[in-house]
Amino acid sequence: MNILANIFSACLLLVQQTPVPKDLPLPLPLPEELLVVLLVVSFLVHILFVNLMFGGALLTLFFEALGYVKKNEDYDKLSLEIAKTTTVNKSMAVVMGVAPLLTINTLYTLYFYTANALTGLMWIMIIPLVIVAFLLLYAHKYTYEALRHNKPLHLAILALAVGLFLFIPLIFLTNINLMIQPDKWLMVKGFVSALGLPNVWPRYFHFIMASLGVTGLFLFWWFSRRAYDFEGTFNTLKLYDLKKRFYSITFGASVAQFLIGPIVLLTLPEKGLSWHMILVIVTGASISIPALVYIWKEINGEPAKIGRRFPWIATCLSFTVIFMGYGRHLYRATSLETHQKLVKQKTEEYRLAVEEARKEALSPQKDTTQVAVLSPGQVVYENNCKACHALDQTLVGPSFKEAAAIYKNDKASLMAWIKKPGKKREGAAMPAQTQLNEKELGDVADWILTLK
Amino acid sequence: MDFPIFHLDFFGDRLMIAVIAILHVLINHGLAVGLVPIVLCMEIKGLKDPTWDRLAYKILTVAFIITTTVGALTGVGIWFSSSLINPYSIGSLIRVFYGAWFVEWTVFVTEVILIMIYYLTWKKKHKTEAHQLVGKSYHVLTGYALAIFSWVTMAIIVAILGFMMDPGNWNNDRTFLSGFTNPIYVPQLTFRTFLALTTGGAVALCLTMFFTDKNSEIRKKSVRFLSKWIFAFIPFTLIAGFWYYLVIPEGMLKNMSVAVGTQQFQNYYEILRQVLMYSLGGVLLIVGFAFLYPRFTPPKWAFFIPVLLMFGLLGYFERVREFIRKPYVIGGYMYSNTFRVEDYPLLQRDGILKHSAFVSTKEVTAHNQYEAGKNVFLIACSRCHTTGGVNSLVEKFDNMYGNTGKPWGASAMKAYISNMHLSRYYMPPFPGNEKELDALIVYLKGIQFNSAPAEGVQNTGLELGTAKDQSLTSNP
Ligand code: HEC
Ligand code: HEC
Repeated sequence: MNILANIFSACLLLVQQTPVPKDLPLPLPLPEELLVVLLVVSFLVHILFVNLMFGGALLTLFFEALGYVKKNEDYDKLSLEIAKTTTVNKSMAVVMGVAPLLTINTLYTLYFYTANALTGLMWIMIIPLVIVAFLLLYAHKYTYEALRHNKPLHLAILALAVGLFLFIPLIFLTNINLMIQPDKWLMVKGFVSALGLPNVWPRYFHFIMASLGVTGLFLFWWFSRRAYDFEGTFNTLKLYDLKKRFYSITFGASVAQFLIGPIVLLTLPEKGLSWHMILVIVTGASISIPALVYIWKEINGEPAKIGRRFPWIATCLSFTVIFMGYGRHLYRATSLETHQKLVKQKTEEYRLAVEEARKEALSPQKDTTQVAVLSPGQVVYENNCKACHALDQTLVGPSFKEAAAIYKNDKASLMAWIKKPGKKREGAAMPAQTQLNEKELGDVADWILTLK
Repeated sequence: MDFPIFHLDFFGDRLMIAVIAILHVLINHGLAVGLVPIVLCMEIKGLKDPTWDRLAYKILTVAFIITTTVGALTGVGIWFSSSLINPYSIGSLIRVFYGAWFVEWTVFVTEVILIMIYYLTWKKKHKTEAHQLVGKSYHVLTGYALAIFSWVTMAIIVAILGFMMDPGNWNNDRTFLSGFTNPIYVPQLTFRTFLALTTGGAVALCLTMFFTDKNSEIRKKSVRFLSKWIFAFIPFTLIAGFWYYLVIPEGMLKNMSVAVGTQQFQNYYEILRQVLMYSLGGVLLIVGFAFLYPRFTPPKWAFFIPVLLMFGLLGYFERVREFIRKPYVIGGYMYSNTFRVEDYPLLQRDGILKHSAFVSTKEVTAHNQYEAGKNVFLIACSRCHTTGGVNSLVEKFDNMYGNTGKPWGASAMKAYISNMHLSRYYMPPFPGNEKELDALIVYLKGIQFNSAPAEGVQNTGLELGTAKDQSLTSNP
């Protein structure tokens, strides 16, 4: 609450200020529309596997715990079977994440990086947190036998991984939210305060429900594959009951989306809303309705017929997901439109300024005056010694007037010193100037000895 | 740099990138590129003698678990960390190399899918003996494919790295192909390949000690096999290492004197050679012993030594490679403070603060010198230095002025910073104007005796300077 109050008061003070940085002065590698398509498609593939990994881990935990409570071996086996899919899906989730990451980097460079930096510590923590979660998943999967008699421990390992999985999406969601709200950039101080952005939590529950919905459907398919030897694996569990269960998970989660979805929409900052986007989202949501009706019918219909309409259901829901993904993009594009224009203008102004300053610096008068005065020895000095030696003042090393007095008429020793300095004075030592060749050494020594 | 500045004022930002990147390279070279061919050879031997097959599977289990967790995530972590710390340069690289990275990504996806197939179907049971044989030969084929794809992933990355090291190319032709044709590409790839194969051997040998019984037949056979493997690749590693060193472009060599460790080690070449010789020599010694006396082996942990030596060598080369790129992140185009070379005339005239969107001081005034100086530090020096942690500026200046405990001289500092790029090739020229330099010195002299960390935006949030120039902010 405190955080919200803080943000609110900060809001009042700072609505006036939105930073407008300049963009990278390099063209996009591909036409923008193509990048958008790549971003939306690759992100959906990524999030699909993330859903399966997360939902899989959750259901593994659920069924293993159920087996433990009910003392039913079959649930234990079931959880192991689900765990096996999870460890594959999690690897896919990571590799599939690279493409949208690179694409969002390209399309929304400024916005994405700014959000990353503002929540920097937590953002980089994603890496170790995911590593730990994955290792825990393996530890869990490969100890089913070894920890058969210590179920609480075995469950605890998985619960820890699931706990991490519950937390990590918050980091991503915070960033994705922060990135499209440049007007909030001045208000956040690190991750925790950014968590208070209005849209983060509704989206989080939206994500969790989506994961359960997708995973329910996936597992329905997984266990009803012809190649899968269900009877050979389980003793008491009936495939029909399991199918009903997975359908129910998808059904329940999807119905919940009809409650959470509107909240997500309402809490979105208004700036990005457009009729176009709302139309896309509403269309997506309506496509899911026939799917839900079918699921309901199959759950309550004849046992022998369950699964017949599965392809239909999966197709409808896939379209829902595609529409949602596209709607999500539209929202982002609209939110950032004005800001992007300002950025573009700023970038162009900067480019012109850079060019102008370069021309000025290259103007011929300047060049000739400089080049004409420098002797070869002085050039060596400018490039190698100036950081530590001035003509008549002690910097890191003594002044060169002092040096000239020491080495009067003794060019050879001066050259020897420069090549291989000794240690005379208190303080730092001089590094050997081994990069100079004999001629340069001679030039600089000559030049020093002319100083008085 | 027109991004809010993330900064770790104790560990230093470079250290974070380095830890993640080096971890990734070690796993990629030691457990993927170098180890998969060994597992494959063992599996093939296992077609006749199942003890080989069992050992291969155990070794692969370790590789599988580590590569799909730490390996994969540090790979992503390289993006995360380098874009946090150097958003400008990584953003530029992505824009230019988008296509290359896309190709690299598809190869990487293939690699991950192959390793999952290879590992997870290893013990697949088939209905009949005949099916089993066919199944196994397909499995071996997957192994070949995996070995090839892990190598190709590396080959593409090396091209990108090589590109970044070669000055000039970026400005002349911004295409990915020049990454392959540049003079360091083949030597670097060759070196990495042999280094990876040797390291893979060391890792496999170490694991074998844990997975086989001391007096078993398989222990004897596998130690012989792996030591021969290592003996075979050490000479190639050595030759390729020197070849690689010889072709590192002239301009880059100038910096190499500080590349290795700190400045005191001016005789980098000696050290480089010594690291190469000693680590490979050490490996030879231990492996040779195991080869000659397979029954009489030292304690198991001793076999971590070759692995560590190889990892050390690998890490050392990475550090040198990273360092010789200085002062550029992208040779000739962008300095490692992430200003472009062509930005300099403007910034040195108008100042860096004026052209940064996210700073609390838009210009230096008589009243804000300390704070403005801190902003200048964050923009111009913090990518490589901290105030009091790793590569600390307080320590650097103290050392330079002889640790006298007296306040540093402002005019000496000014002369030094204005010219530091000339005598210290690894640092870019100071990018700001004179007022900003004065402010920086006020700040640095301030922290000389009264250290307060310079925190990044991840802790402090943003505060915008009141800009006189209205175009800098807006009311959308
Ligand atoms: C990193 C800083 C640094 C650089 C760069 C540097 N010097 Fe020095 N130089 C010193 C220091 C420190 C001393 C004092 C050493 C002492 O007395 O122990 C010194 C001393 C000298 C002396 C006096 C020797 C004497 O006998 O008292 C000469 C001459 C000299 N430097 C020449 C040069 C020349 C020429 C160059 C450029 C090619 C150069 N230095 C570059 C730091 C530097
Ligand atoms: C590209 C990275 C980079 C940037 C940016 C950079 N430095 Fe350095 N600096 C280094 C490295 C590397 C060293 C050498 C560290 C060592 O001793 O190994 C160094 C050393 C120094 C030293 C000690 C030099 C000596 O002769 O002993 C000083 C002083 C220094 N830097 C000041 C600065 C200041 C001030 C800035 C900002 C205006 C800055 N540096 C920006 C990389 C950088």
